[in-house]
Amino acid sequence: MTRITRGFHGRRRPDVDPARVPPGQYVTQDFPVLSAGPTPHGSLDTWSFTIRGQVDQPHTWTFDEFQALPRETVTRDIHCVTKWSKLDTVWTGVSLDTLLDGVETSAEYVTAFSDGGYTTNLPLEDLTGGRAWIAFSYDDEPLHPEHGGPARLLVPHLYFWKSAKWVRGLELQPEDEPGFWEGYGYHNYGDPWREQRYAGD
Amino acid sequence: MLELIEQTARTKSIVFDVPGWGRHRAGQHVDVRLTAEDGYQAQRSYSIASAPEDRHIELTVERIDDGEVSPYLADELLAGDEIELRGPIGGYFAWEEAPGMPVFLVGGGSGIVPLRAMLRHHRATDSAVPVRLLYSARSLDDVIYRDELTAADAGDVRLTLTRRQPAGWTGYGRRVDRELVAEVCWPAPERPLVYVCGPTGFVEAVAGALVSLGHEAARIRTERFGPTGGETP
Repeated sequence: MTRITRGFHGRRRPDVDPARVPPGQYVTQDFPVLSAGPTPHGSLDTWSFTIRGQVDQPHTWTFDEFQALPRETVTRDIHCVTKWSKLDTVWTGVSLDTLLDGVETSAEYVTAFSDGGYTTNLPLEDLTGGRAWIAFSYDDEPLHPEHGGPARLLVPHLYFWKSAKWVRGLELQPEDEPGFWEGYGYHNYGDPWREQRYAGD
Repeated sequence: MLELIEQTARTKSIVFDVPGWGRHRAGQHVDVRLTAEDGYQAQRSYSIASAPEDRHIELTVERIDDGEVSPYLADELLAGDEIELRGPIGGYFAWEEAPGMPVFLVGGGSGIVPLRAMLRHHRATDSAVPVRLLYSARSLDDVIYRDELTAADAGDVRLTLTRRQPAGWTGYGRRVDRELVAEVCWPAPERPLVYVCGPTGFVEAVAGALVSLGHEAARIRTERFGPTGGETP
């Protein structure tokens, strides 16, 4: 049940199309940083991206090999579970369709894993169909470490904790396993348009 | 809402009686949801400032002048008003009494709020775990919970005032950099559990300093607010 808050009128932004803002979100021009621990600063010489788990054989790319893959630049709105949304963000990266092309699997779930130990889980289906990228550039600049550089997962149709910073690979899984925040009560799927913030939403 | 307590010129503590509240863990937060008469809603997250043992739920809100929710909470909300709270939320940036390694808390500005809940929890449980707070504020007037943190029984609290220090100040008067962290924190081999909360730039600097001093990243828990490179208190 929703109660009216006495004396609250809100500050609606006339410059923002409400149809682009999921329920409970507000639009910010900033790019807030939310991370559970220190920002890792790894070397690109030892960076790699791996697809492993329930696959015919693991696939690994070095940073140079990764950079040589076909890249896409996309403009997307992003939505953080802490309530901010940022519209028209510009990313460059490699589509997961490209990375998963040629990977034989019967897995239906994925755990993305990162430097620093962070993990998040998604249905494999959500990473395909032009809906997910491994992004290494934001706003035409190399992705800053605070925002997940050298590379982060980008899955803009889900709350942004699913877009794992400092991503190093995907573990393809037959069963769905909760990742880091999912284990602390955040929603297992995290659709901002259905306001799936926390378990039970 | 029961009571509003002015902490500094920009921050107020707001005390709520929350029927049916389950016990929270020190460091967790709540979502505040405000609804206008036409159904428009705004939500924000606030750290819980009170300990699980405290009778009421206390939030401490820094008034952001061009904000949407904090000006309402700080200036408009009156005792007796009702608002919607959801929580407790989170669980990684939380501390519970448990035997073990020392706990080092580092707060910048309003980043003190969840750490204050941990300190109160520590005291309420008569914990034997060594705990130490390093709190950075611009001036003594900007120190939130000033009376509590400077009381004789406050425990091991170290203040640093980065912009202005009163005459005769015996605390620190500089930014929390690597040297200050090295001076105040337990050495890395003692494996303290560290909680850092503050603006993004502050947390990046402190967490980076801890890592460079040999502290394991997995023992450093952080909570950041504000934009990239946010101002340092």
